[in-house]
Formats: sequence, structure tokens, C-alpha cells
Amino acid sequence: MRTERVREVVSHVVLMLGVLVSLFPFYWMLVMASNTTPDIFTYPPKLVLGSHLWENMGNVLDNIDFFGAMLLTLLASLGVTVLVLFFDSLAAFAFAKYEFPGRNLLFGILLVTFMIPSQLALVPQFVTLAEFGWIGSLKALIIPGAANAFGIFWMRQYAKGAIPDELISAAKVDGAGFFRQYLTVGLPVLRPGLAFLGIFTFINVWNDYLWPLIVMTDPNRLTLQVALQQLNGVYGTDYSMVMAGALMSVIPLIGVFIIGGRHFIADIAAGAMKF
Amino acid sequence: MAVSDALRPTATVSTTQDTDPSKRPNRFRQALPQYAAVSPFFVLFAIFGAFPVFFSIWLSFHSWDGIGQMTWVGLEQYSYLLTDPTFWKSITNTLIIWVISTVPMLLLALIIANALHNATRFRSFYRIAYFIPNITSVVAVTMVFGSIFSNNFGLLNAFMTSVGLDKIEWLSQPWGIKVAIATIVAWRWTGYNAIIFLAGLQAISSDIYEAAKVDGASPRQQFWQITVPLLRPVILFTTVTSTIGGLQIFTESQVLFGSSGAIGGPGDGGLTIVSYLYDNAFGSNQFGYGAAIGWALFVLIVLFSIINWRLIGGSDDERLTKRAARRVQRKIAAEQTAAGTAGKESTDAH
Repeated sequence: MRTERVREVVSHVVLMLGVLVSLFPFYWMLVMASNTTPDIFTYPPKLVLGSHLWENMGNVLDNIDFFGAMLLTLLASLGVTVLVLFFDSLAAFAFAKYEFPGRNLLFGILLVTFMIPSQLALVPQFVTLAEFGWIGSLKALIIPGAANAFGIFWMRQYAKGAIPDELISAAKVDGAGFFRQYLTVGLPVLRPGLAFLGIFTFINVWNDYLWPLIVMTDPNRLTLQVALQQLNGVYGTDYSMVMAGALMSVIPLIGVFIIGGRHFIADIAAGAMKF
Repeated sequence: MAVSDALRPTATVSTTQDTDPSKRPNRFRQALPQYAAVSPFFVLFAIFGAFPVFFSIWLSFHSWDGIGQMTWVGLEQYSYLLTDPTFWKSITNTLIIWVISTVPMLLLALIIANALHNATRFRSFYRIAYFIPNITSVVAVTMVFGSIFSNNFGLLNAFMTSVGLDKIEWLSQPWGIKVAIATIVAWRWTGYNAIIFLAGLQAISSDIYEAAKVDGASPRQQFWQITVPLLRPVILFTTVTSTIGGLQIFTESQVLFGSSGAIGGPGDGGLTIVSYLYDNAFGSNQFGYGAAIGWALFVLIVLFSIINWRLIGGSDDERLTKRAARRVQRKIAAEQTAAGTAGKESTDAH
């Protein structure tokens, strides 16, 4: 009995130390964003919050089109998320619940595409998009990622266990076609899976850096991450302003995550266990 | 378009009664809605995945600046690649960063996962606190760490000065740069891997531990003989994903040094494979060479995934896991009997 209590206490000590390391950079970001740059550059450094947060945030808005970049990032993230949810769940529903010639072959091909690293064909991807005339447009950020192997694989695993065959047979007897079966039987059951895939996709597109860096060449139409790096590159010495920008860019996502994060973490872990 | 095909009332139900064997193509026609449903992925993959992959083979046999004529150079890009010291440097840099980030990261993640497994209170708080670094953008995170590691006024140097150590110019020295980048990677992914390990720990049946306790196995024996072998598939998952991610590392060094002119930083200490690819293709418009580097990266990823698989063993099959559990139990029993005859040494070993 006593050893168990000791173990519990030791665990909490270890965990609290880890939490400190985990959260300190956010605190430090806030410290720098709320002080002036000369304050940051003193020794010993100021470790407490200052009173210049609004001023620094204002400087960010003066120097880059922050809200424009945020809107573009939001549109790209939402666009990809909506399309991925629809295309991936539709394909997963078909793969999980219907027999059709070539099904296993097609699913096998899908699994093989997993192995291809995204940077392998970076150059030709850029050339292809340039050929389409999509460089610099929202399409370049949305269309190439509108359906993906990971999501289909993940949703299929989910659909297999979650959708009872009887419901589909019943819908067939009622004369429902495939798409109606998907809408009335598949989608409602898949909703928790869709919530996970949606958050996952949204976060990935929001944080993506390399792809938008390459395809968004118009300096007036940058995603948040690229705009932030530009702010860092041009005004790198003005730490407090750069940190205010970094802070403004991470707050929306952290907010969303704290609200919907608990299920999300459980789902990520469950996905890894199916590997 | 795929949608409207699928919307059309399907023939699935009406033709199922049709058993005439001469109408075999019907099997395909019946499945049209399903084909339509899976087609968006395959169409998109053909255009933005498969075609670029094949095009990049073609491209890597050429010299091309993206605008002018493509010139056929055969295998020249590859033979140049093999003798290009900067390319090899980017590989060693990437591998060093990968090792010094992944090893501490996975060990820490295992410790945290164990602590999470033992702690019964504040679980959801811990999980969210540990996961937040992972959902935060690399760009923002790198800026914060860049300031912490900053040469003159960085927090780390201030701390080192206050405890009487000499300042280190972290971001000017090749190994300092690697430590900084590895720290960023480890900070972002330790919590994620801990959560995955935790799921693995929770999946291990407590019966096995009970049986081992009855057999007299010490906590350390339980950890090495039961926990680690049964976590194998999960460890494999985290190692493979860390390897693939580690070899593709790019954003950290780009944000730290991208605007300084030299993408790899002082002495190219932070030049990774992908940053070398990016610099060649999009910095100096050598599309052919960039494509060749992409293929080298692909070969490396395949190679390291195979090595991981071999080392840790791809036995993620449930049957094999159970067999491993039985083997472990037998081993513990054997060790106990051996210890019993050899005296009491093993009981006060820890």
C-alpha cells in the first residue's frame, strides 16, 4: 500500500517537471512579447511579464498583413479539411463496407502511396502547379491535399467496426442508392472519427510551412507561417515584436485544442495502436 | 463530378436478382458508385503524386533551370551527388540531429509514459500539457528557441553566466546549431511519443504482471522482461515515424538561418538534406539536381525504415505478441529457479 503511494507521488513530481519544460517556452514567448526589445537584451534578463504587449502586437499589424495572412490560412485549412472529410469518409465507407472487383488491389495501392515522402517530388509538383497556373493561388494550397491515404486508411478502420451491416442492408431494402446509404447510414456513425480527422487535418494545414513557402510566391498573399518567418527575417532584431507575432499565430490553434483536445489525444494514441 | 455519379440512383439493388452469367461486366457496372467514391483520392494522387514522382526521375536525368531548355545529362546529376561534399555534409548533419534528438526523446517519453500510467489524478491536464508543443507551429517554436539559444543575450547563456560557466555561441558553431535544432525537435515530439507509449502500456493486460509478481519478478525484471517486449510494436511505430520525420527535417534550420543568406547557418552546421534540396531547387533553380537529391532522400528513408524494422522486429502481429508474453513468463520462471538454486543474490540485486 505504501509503495503505491510513494510511486504515485514520485510520478507526479516527474510529471510536473515535464509539464514545466513543456509549457515554459510559451511563458517565455509571453514574457518577450510583453516587454520591449532593450528590456529583453539586458543582463540579468527580465523573467516577468511586461506591459508592452498591445504595443508590440500593434507593431506586428503595422509591419505585416497579419489578418490577411490569417484569413488565407483559415480558408486553406477549412477548405482542405472539408474536402478531406468528405472524400476520405466516402472512400473509406466504400472500402470498408462494399465488395467490388479490384477493391483489395486499389486499397493496396493506397497503402503503398503512404511510403512516398512528400519531399520526393517537390520539384515536379511545383512545375505541375506552375503549368496549371496555380502558383500563388488558394487552389495550390487546397486541391493537392484534398484527399489523402492516411485519412482513408484511418476512417476505413473506424468504419469497419462502427457501421453495422444490417443498417446498410435495411437501407438497400428501402431502395436507397450508394450515396444515400453513405449519407443516412455512414455519416452519422462516422461522426466521432470525422471530428478527429478534421482537427488533425486542420492543424497540419495551419502549421504547414514548406509547401506554402514554395507555392505562395506573391509577397502579399502569404500564409501565417510564411508571413511570420518573413517578419522574423526582416525585423529579426526586434525580438519583442517577432514574439508578439508568434504569440498571435499560435493562440487560435491552442484555443481550439484545449476545447476539443481530450478526445483528439485519445484518438491519436488509438490510431498508433492499429499500426 | 464523382459526386454526381454517385448520386445517381444506383443499380445495385435492382440488378442483384439478375443472375444471368452472360452479363458478367455488370459486376463492374454495379460497382460504379463505389469506384466513383474512391476515385477522388486516386485522381488527385495521379496528378499530384504519381505523375510528379515519375517526372522527377526524368528530371533528375536533366539539367534544367525551370525556364530554359532541358538538357539531357544522363546520370551526371547522380555522379555529381555522390562526390558533392556539401551533400554528404547535409546527410551527416541530418543523421546527427536525428540521433541526438530521437534517443533522448524516446527515453524521456518512456519515463513520462510510465509516470502517466502510475498517476491516477490530473490525467487529462497532463495529457493536454504534454501534447500542446506538438500542435504548435514549428515556425513559432523555432523563433522562441532561437532566442533562448541566442549567442549574446539568450536565456541559456544568461543562465550559464549566472552559474559561473562560460557563454557558448550556440548558433555560430556547427555542433551548437545541431543541439539547438535537436532540442526543438525533442521538445515538440516527446509528449506525443509519451501519449503513444501510454496507450501501449494500457493495452498490456494486468494479468501478466500479476502472474509475474506471483512468480516473484522484481519491478525491474517486470519492466525489461514484460513491458519492453510487449511494447515492441509501439516502440517500432514511434521509431519509424521519428526516423521518417527526422530525415525530412527542414523548417527549424530554415527559420533560424533562412534569411541570413546561408540556409545551413554558419559553417553549414544546420544544413539538412531537405534544406539542401530546397536551396538547390528553389534557391539556385537547379531543378534537375533538386530532383536527384529527392531520390537520394527517398532511398535513405527506405533504407532506415528497413533497418528499424529489422532491429526492433516487425512482429506487430497479435499472435506473436502473445507468444512473446508466454516466452517471457517462461524466462522469468527459469531465472527464478536458477536464482533459487544459486542463492539469494538476485533478490537484493536492486
